[in-house]
Amino acid sequence: MRFLANIGRAVLGMLAAIGRVALFALETISHLARPPFYPREFASALIQIGFFSLPVVGLTTIFTGGALALQIYAGGARFSAEAVVPQIVAIGMVRELGPVLVGLMIAARVTSSIAAEIATMKVTEQIDALTTLSTNPMKYLTLPRVLAATLVMPLLVGVGDLIGIMGGYLVGVERLGFNAGTYIRNTVDFLEPLDIISSLSKGAVFGFLAALMGCYFGMRSGRGAQGVGRATKSAVVAASVLILAANFILTELFFTA
Amino acid sequence: MIELGNVHKSFGPKDVLCGVDLTLAKGKSMVIIGGSGTGKSVLLKCILGLIAPDSGAITVDGTDVTRLRQGSAERDAFLARFGMLFQGGALFDSIPVWQNVAFRLLRGSLKRPKAEAREIAIEKLRRVGLTPDVADLFPAELSGGMQKRVGLARAIAAEPEVIFFDEPTTGLDPIMSGVINDLIREIVVEMGATAMTITHDMSSVRAIADDVAMLHGGVIQWTGPVGDMDSSGDAHVTQFISGSAEGPIETVR
Repeated sequence: MRFLANIGRAVLGMLAAIGRVALFALETISHLARPPFYPREFASALIQIGFFSLPVVGLTTIFTGGALALQIYAGGARFSAEAVVPQIVAIGMVRELGPVLVGLMIAARVTSSIAAEIATMKVTEQIDALTTLSTNPMKYLTLPRVLAATLVMPLLVGVGDLIGIMGGYLVGVERLGFNAGTYIRNTVDFLEPLDIISSLSKGAVFGFLAALMGCYFGMRSGRGAQGVGRATKSAVVAASVLILAANFILTELFFTA
Repeated sequence: MIELGNVHKSFGPKDVLCGVDLTLAKGKSMVIIGGSGTGKSVLLKCILGLIAPDSGAITVDGTDVTRLRQGSAERDAFLARFGMLFQGGALFDSIPVWQNVAFRLLRGSLKRPKAEAREIAIEKLRRVGLTPDVADLFPAELSGGMQKRVGLARAIAAEPEVIFFDEPTTGLDPIMSGVINDLIREIVVEMGATAMTITHDMSSVRAIADDVAMLHGGVIQWTGPVGDMDSSGDAHVTQFISGSAEGPIETVR
């Protein structure tokens, strides 16, 4: 009986958590329609999340694109299909690896910093102070970050896709002996609009999830240094898992008609 | 006037407030004393609506403030009448000192032009004994005493009718404590504000208070004018003032 009770408690706990996150998300979105707005906070979030993530996005995707080209060349050689490197790199980066890797890097870089910052503010009573200064913390802290991440992530994913393809191109042309013009033509001819649309949409969803988790766990942080640490860890884990789960669901929606 | 009637608050199995009744007269300075962890801060946060009480009524000038909805215009108007000095200062560390002080004046219903807000901030900083060159520093660059002063300047920046002070002298040396106590007293008298201070520093109590209330065991044990405190006849108050280990307040907590 104790065993069943534990399972029940875990399930109820999980459902309650899903409910809390959903309410948190809805409240965040509802502030979109209700002034006052804080454009300065939004702009600073855009720069923090978007601009300063560019180096990590570029590095992650260029190496992945290069490795992908090597793998496909070696794998394809087993059934004399070395020539498909440009097409597979393009489709692999744009549909799958670009959004997922950029999403995970954003979860590591942005979710953690949002969670730690907001949790520290919570622990040092800065969130309470905001409220007493007639400023809604959801409007002032959460909405700008979530909105900025949602809007800027498609851009980051787009950049990541391009750099990933470029990584594959460099390896293909310099190392595997592909003709530069043919490589580019094959890539461009093969990609369809839906590939790119799906890539950028995934980016928006992943950005939303990453920033939302950072804010949610930051706002619920427990006391002290330990509370901040736990909030940050939970936020990054939750964001990463949700991004991977959402990736599966979105892929299902986009590519199985 | 602020009135609390039979306010209860529990956190899980722990009952923190078990029926608090308290009246703050307009323009008076009330000091709440009591040991650490007796719920003084919780009481204060209940009045501000940062924590929702489980039951009981909290009225400010006749309006029940526990009914005000988060984010409603009424609640904003209510909060605009309050200033609060937090225990650790709670300064926003991402913005410079002057923007902390002028926070309310830079956004929302009290918004003013930037230059004017800055001027008011510098004026308030001067009021708490800080020079204008502090204005462009960040809170992390200040000492504990200076942070307290900036917090004080922020609390009074929008000329509130009611000011709350949460342990204003905790963590400061005796001289700085004296300076902050005098400042609080001066500012409250000068602005004619209603003040409520939480402290366990008896020198603070004598410097700041018109009235004193002792919170212990989730209820107000004693309340009266500061002059009657030494002859209160209440065993809790007497023990607290003398700092004795002997008495009704258990020392093992």
